[in-house]
Amino acid sequence: MSVLDIRDLHKHFGSVHVSNGISISVEEGQCHALIGPNGAGKTTLMHQVTGSLRPDSGRIVFAGRDVTGMPVWQRVQAGLGRTFQITSILPSFSVLENVALAVQAKAGSSMRFFRRAASEASLNERAMATLERIGLVDRAKMIAADLSHGERRLLELAIALAGSPRFLLLDEPMAGLGRSESAMLTDILADLRRAIPMLLVEHDMHAVFRLADTVSVLVDGEVVARGSPEEVREDAAARAAYLGAGGDG
Amino acid sequence: MREDRALWVALFIFALLLAAPTLLPMIGQGYLTNLLIKAMLLAIAALSLDLLIGHGGMVSLGHSAFVGLGAYATAIGIESGIENILVLLMIALAVAGSFALLTGALALRTSGVYFLMITLAFGQMTYFTLTSLAAYGGDDGLTLWSLATLFGSDVVQSGGGLYFVILGTMIAVWWLVHRIGQSRFGRVLRAARDNPERTEVMGYSVRRYRLTAYVIAGMLASLSGLLLVQHAEFVSPALATWQRSGDLIVVVVLGGIGTRNGAIFGAFFIVILEEVLGSILHEWRLIYGPLLVLMVLFAKGGLSHLVAGKPRGGAVS
Amino acid sequence: MSLTLLLIQCLNGLQYGALLFLISAGLTLVFGVMGFINLAHGVQYMIGAYLAFAYVSLTGNFMLAVVLSMGTALVFGLLLEYFVFRHLYDRDHLDQVLATFGIIIFLNEAVKVIFGPATLTVAPPEFLSGTIQLTETLRYPVYRFATILMGLVVAALLYVTVSFTRVGMLIRAGATTPDMVSALGVNIQRLFMVVFGVGAMLAGFAGVIAAPLFSIEPGMGDNILIVAFVVIIIGGIGSIRGAFFAALLVGLIDTMGRTLATSTMGLVFGPSMANQIGPALASMLIYILMAAILVIRPQGLFPPKGAT
Repeated sequence: MSVLDIRDLHKHFGSVHVSNGISISVEEGQCHALIGPNGAGKTTLMHQVTGSLRPDSGRIVFAGRDVTGMPVWQRVQAGLGRTFQITSILPSFSVLENVALAVQAKAGSSMRFFRRAASEASLNERAMATLERIGLVDRAKMIAADLSHGERRLLELAIALAGSPRFLLLDEPMAGLGRSESAMLTDILADLRRAIPMLLVEHDMHAVFRLADTVSVLVDGEVVARGSPEEVREDAAARAAYLGAGGDG
Repeated sequence: MREDRALWVALFIFALLLAAPTLLPMIGQGYLTNLLIKAMLLAIAALSLDLLIGHGGMVSLGHSAFVGLGAYATAIGIESGIENILVLLMIALAVAGSFALLTGALALRTSGVYFLMITLAFGQMTYFTLTSLAAYGGDDGLTLWSLATLFGSDVVQSGGGLYFVILGTMIAVWWLVHRIGQSRFGRVLRAARDNPERTEVMGYSVRRYRLTAYVIAGMLASLSGLLLVQHAEFVSPALATWQRSGDLIVVVVLGGIGTRNGAIFGAFFIVILEEVLGSILHEWRLIYGPLLVLMVLFAKGGLSHLVAGKPRGGAVS
Repeated sequence: MSLTLLLIQCLNGLQYGALLFLISAGLTLVFGVMGFINLAHGVQYMIGAYLAFAYVSLTGNFMLAVVLSMGTALVFGLLLEYFVFRHLYDRDHLDQVLATFGIIIFLNEAVKVIFGPATLTVAPPEFLSGTIQLTETLRYPVYRFATILMGLVVAALLYVTVSFTRVGMLIRAGATTPDMVSALGVNIQRLFMVVFGVGAMLAGFAGVIAAPLFSIEPGMGDNILIVAFVVIIIGGIGSIRGAFFAALLVGLIDTMGRTLATSTMGLVFGPSMANQIGPALASMLIYILMAAILVIRPQGLFPPKGAT
């Protein structure tokens, strides 16, 4: 039973066919990686799955529900979690508060006007637990703007996790990270993937090989190859796409 | 620590204001009390706007419309024979709240400068509607010959205890805006101010939260209008001009956006400045204008920055 | 209502629209290219009117006054740019609103001090006074007619400049992708100065043209400024073409609206009600249009090409 089912998605920008009949299915406990040269339409696809972009045609089915018309926040409430390619956090809040806000979204109504949110123990406890899992506990009190780039990427993930998602959309989580930081993040994701299925967009092939059960290769809006990481590595079409388009490996 | 200091400063000011009517007659009679009332009414409107600007990051150039609506709802109510101030309060809140709901729902489909412009448009529409109310004075405004009472008592009139009612309202609004800012709701609002996309992806309908804030702010501003009618015994469309909306923004920024006491500092500063400058120089605006420009160029933190030594921006504690 | 009256109101609408265009053109350029909300554009218009008065009083020659006024308005605008506005381009809109608000307050007071609070008038030049016979029944003031023509001429000039000259190209690029322009090595500082200068001159020119039409008084720029913003929102920020069509549209709607609203309301409600609702409705029309545009097509009717 697939958790996320993307069916024949089409999207045009003017005359450019950014998504040309993309279909991807991700099962429970699976990590599905999406690779491809720059400009292939990976991030556009992510936007359509999250809901910030409306596809021209096609369906997105999440946990059995058709979410194609749902606004972003509703999909998140339904269990979809996402990290951004370009770090998007709340710079003026503390690390703890960033995560606590994500917890708060799933912890009852936020139309509460009197109680001091920053001192709600249950929210803070769950936030700290997530930070511990990610390894950012000692940064909890820091203002998010003061974090290093690598720490911000971790915070990105922590925010997504704090919402207890049933599925994770990860848009180039390794972007801008150094070797050791990438390795650490990959470890964390490896731990997570059995519990939370993922759709992972990445250029970092070490991570893809370590994490992915299935890989789809996206070129010019179409899936040109699909299979296990090893299969895809051998696939001629995939190689042509990367070598021909001069993409990075 | 910061927060405590702000609280103590506020309590100090409130204490002063509480004692003023007893102390002032020794110095300069009703004139000074009037000045304080003017400042407090301005503060109430500014506090409500700060909820929008400071906490929500929504700069509205049409906020004075709510003051005007509150005032006219009250005046029309009184003219129609309604004397009970609590009933008038309900009416004013209902009018302002509905207007905020309708216009906010439209306005919040935009942001940034477009939001600025559309709130301006709604403000202008309110102004023109008010000027067209020929039965209630139109352009010239309306003088009221009777005022609201609290179950017959004149405690809500100038002769009675209006000063204290206004002071009480200001304190209540100050407290309310602060509480809201700290609450779950306030936190989401501030997150949306910083990064609306991220807030949405956390699972919040940013528009819903902003609209709620807009309605609350509108209703709080209408309180200023209602009390103004009781105090001035006069109402005019001039309350709802875009220049008045601009004045409110000045007050909020001058005092310090999103700070606990900023709106109050700003309101008192402006009123006192106007008086002081005005008594020295009839053309005091020649100084006020450039002062504003200089403030924007060099003193962005506002007065709160000076008093509490806190840099501007960032999450409110 | 007679056809003649309708035609006259139509012409009045076009005349108002022409004036609005002159004011909005500068505003949309400055806003479009520099992202700068210049609330002080209205007082620049007012200053143009006062300068016209001053120079006409001094020289007795309207045409000379026009030239002198525009020159002075340009200098004045550049001084404002140099001392104040230049420091605001990078600031957020709130800061820009506040600073320009301060300038409005200052200048409105300043003209009151220099020229007095009473309204002033300027007579149109000899060769443009009187009326012209357009049709059998229709006489129309020459000056108003000239205003319409002036608006068309300036529109044509601007269109040619923006579409066919190098500066125009930079302006168009700056309106849609300012970072690129700077990255291409263009002196942004100088470009902004040029744009602002042109904007100031246009505003001043509009003020001069308006002087014989309206009464000159402190604060005359404030309300027309708001209408100018309505125009550029409807037309599309940064678009001269948009400003042109939107200005004419707004001018017509506002003028015709005032005439028609009361009579139409009179058909539905009684005459006394109509007299109350009519003018209010008419004043609101353009704002309703702007609000509608913001909701349905926020980029405006004719957004500059290349803008999202």
